[in-house]
Amino acid sequence: MTFLAINQSGPFAHQASSVQKTMFTVLLALIPATAFDLYLFGWPAILLFTVTVGSCVAAEAICLALAGQPMKAALFDYSAALTGWLLAMSLPPWAPWWTGVLGAVFAIGLAKHTFGGIGQNMFNPAMVARVALLVSFPVVMTAWVMPHPLFSAHAPSLADAIGITFGGHMPDAVSAASALGYVKTELSRGIPVMQSMAHVPDLMDLALGTRAGSLGETSAVLILAGGLFLMARRIISWHIPLGVMGALFLMGTLFHAIDPARYTDGLFHLMSGATFLGAFFICTDYVTSPVSRKGQLVFGVGCGLLTWTIRTYAGYPEGMAFAVLLMNSLTPIIDQYTRPRAFGRTLKGEPLPLAKEKT
Amino acid sequence: MKLFPIRGGIHPDYRKEQTSEKAIVVLPLPSALYIPLQQHIGAPAEVLVNEGDLVKKGQMIACSGGAVSAPQHAPTSGRIQAITEIPAPHPSGLAQTTIILEPDVKDEWTDLPEPIADPLNANPQLIRERVAASGIVGMGGAAFPSAVKLDLGTRCKLEILLLNGAECEPYLTCDDRVMREHADEVIDGARIMAHALGVPRVVIAIENNKPQAIDAMTRAASAFPEIEVAGVPVQYPMGSERHLVQAISGRETPAKKLTADIGVVVHNVATARAVHQAVRFGRPLVARVVTVSGGAVREPNNIEAPVGARVADLIAFCGGFAAIPERLVNGGPMMGQPLPGLDVPVVKGMSGILALTAAEINQQPASACIRCGNCVTICPCGLVPVEMAAFIRKDNFEVAARLGVMDCVSCGSCSWICPSHIPLVHYFNYAKGMINAQERERRKIDQTRILAEAHTLRVEKAAADKAAALAAKKAQAAAAAAAKEKEKDETPA
Repeated sequence: MTFLAINQSGPFAHQASSVQKTMFTVLLALIPATAFDLYLFGWPAILLFTVTVGSCVAAEAICLALAGQPMKAALFDYSAALTGWLLAMSLPPWAPWWTGVLGAVFAIGLAKHTFGGIGQNMFNPAMVARVALLVSFPVVMTAWVMPHPLFSAHAPSLADAIGITFGGHMPDAVSAASALGYVKTELSRGIPVMQSMAHVPDLMDLALGTRAGSLGETSAVLILAGGLFLMARRIISWHIPLGVMGALFLMGTLFHAIDPARYTDGLFHLMSGATFLGAFFICTDYVTSPVSRKGQLVFGVGCGLLTWTIRTYAGYPEGMAFAVLLMNSLTPIIDQYTRPRAFGRTLKGEPLPLAKEKT
Repeated sequence: MKLFPIRGGIHPDYRKEQTSEKAIVVLPLPSALYIPLQQHIGAPAEVLVNEGDLVKKGQMIACSGGAVSAPQHAPTSGRIQAITEIPAPHPSGLAQTTIILEPDVKDEWTDLPEPIADPLNANPQLIRERVAASGIVGMGGAAFPSAVKLDLGTRCKLEILLLNGAECEPYLTCDDRVMREHADEVIDGARIMAHALGVPRVVIAIENNKPQAIDAMTRAASAFPEIEVAGVPVQYPMGSERHLVQAISGRETPAKKLTADIGVVVHNVATARAVHQAVRFGRPLVARVVTVSGGAVREPNNIEAPVGARVADLIAFCGGFAAIPERLVNGGPMMGQPLPGLDVPVVKGMSGILALTAAEINQQPASACIRCGNCVTICPCGLVPVEMAAFIRKDNFEVAARLGVMDCVSCGSCSWICPSHIPLVHYFNYAKGMINAQERERRKIDQTRILAEAHTLRVEKAAADKAAALAAKKAQAAAAAAAKEKEKDETPA
């Protein structure tokens, strides 16, 4: 009675895990921060967020159809939604709708599917889109606004919001600089950091998010909570986040100690910009980061160092996206040099020597 | 006792509660026993009986077929019905020579060899010979002839006999039950083995999820200061030989070496019990405890079955199937081999028979790798499964070998954890097979080349010899002619 097909090696047990579950957990971790930020920036942010996520899913579907790949499994693994979500969180909340759509084309079409779809892309799709948009449309992409919480007196109504997002009617009075941008601009005007820092939101505001910036740049506390949740669920490990934040904090602190007039301090670096979102959600993207723990630590530190360097010396106030893309390109090489030591072998792959006979 | 960490590992659902409280029951004698000649690593045994012969229980019916081999004994008394080919309990389902024994139900023992008096002071060689003659093989699953492993003391300087009672595979509880119910026999067997090996120290490693077994063994070992029972962390694959040695001793077995080279020999607890019976009572290995479990089995159980009972007999004894099994497995779900059907016999290395439902296996179609790195983090061998699989997909075995695919122990942790459900172990087994085949091919070509070169040399030498002989002859002839000439000259006219 031979009734069973013998067509595969063991194991005949599998953890109850799937790509879909993994991606869904990441989305879950993003919900608190996103919900709070959407509340802070009101209807325009909600519209832009919807458009961006929707465009990414649509772009994924179109690309899959063009490539002739099976639609269902790939479309419902939430990876496109996650890309769209992260992209939306890196856009100015009141940016026009086409930034989301164009971003989706860059992220899903250009960065992901030209390389072969999920798992094949070299660069983080959301960051490719953000950088492409930032370089192409610098004015639109830096038009930050102060929070206008939903239901508050100055909050735009749904009708206003449609005008802002789809009509391009950006009210003039509301724009504001992000903390990083402000300090950078002031510095370029010759105003030392100590002085300009007096005018940026204090650390508490930065942590809570009641300040100008993209969705993901505000509410550091909720982003941190989401990141810790991911760690608890073992979706990510501490290596990349700690590497990013540690490097950023150390560089900031060190250089601030040397010249406080020129360099902002470590804590400010941690709490401002997209540090937390980058450290927990962007740099940790599986596909574009190294696979070994050692490699992840190297990658994280690299992202942190580059972010600090770009923030401090380059033309852009925020460097996270550039840093991530630069480090993405190093991932294969990091992987190659950070392989774990095999059991019973030296790092070079030679069998371990037998212990010397005791004499 | 100080323990040492091992790298990686996973925590699968153990599902041992299905059988852990089921005491070992003896299988009623089936109507026929099928005893394959190859139940072990090494050369198959050689048949000693003929069709129609009457045999007694414990009588040797096939003798050891080489230096690394093991004899087979009649598991009960009866008549040799046939010596024929039937499917082996191997994924291939290929036929192998099998002795079919029809029991006479008397279950009469043959005249067994005398027990070894005072084995702890006996000549170690005597014990090794008894173990070899009793057909004992490693009962943890690998089925390597135990006598060969007991001989390691003559080659290496050994310090520890490590008795493996980790039983880290999910579902399996046969070792757990043996340790709980026959602790004294296991301890006695361990002492005899330690004596045969010449090691001063015995460590019995048991995963902490078997507290009763740890208790029973600790109690049984309390009279012997040289024996230590160690509870080891529940961490699959703790029961892997090299990893257990590392956890207990902190020593890492170098690649391409044996644990014996670093002073530790590992034997399974059930093997120790078999040694006890062979040495103390002269009884050969004719039965073993098998865990029959899995969601498709109506009443999972631990069964002491004679070697050669069909898997179908054990399943029937457990009340048959409650659901259609998705897969039958020989051994545990992680490293076990799929069984080709129910008609194959129980063999000495078969620790479990699992009839698993689709829900238990949770196999999904593989999707693209998302490079999550989980396989790298959990690999107990420190390999990079994601990278190896990528090269094997392209049939690039050279790079896969350089990345260490041959160091993989096929523990299955990477396949188990992969969120994309990529059958990584399947890839690695494929690569190992291909690399071995290429290696064989290369050796064959080398051999042919060496022979061909030797032949050319021989031919050339023969030609040279011939030429030399010819030249010598010519020279001789010339010399003779010259001498004649000279003689002629010298002759006065």
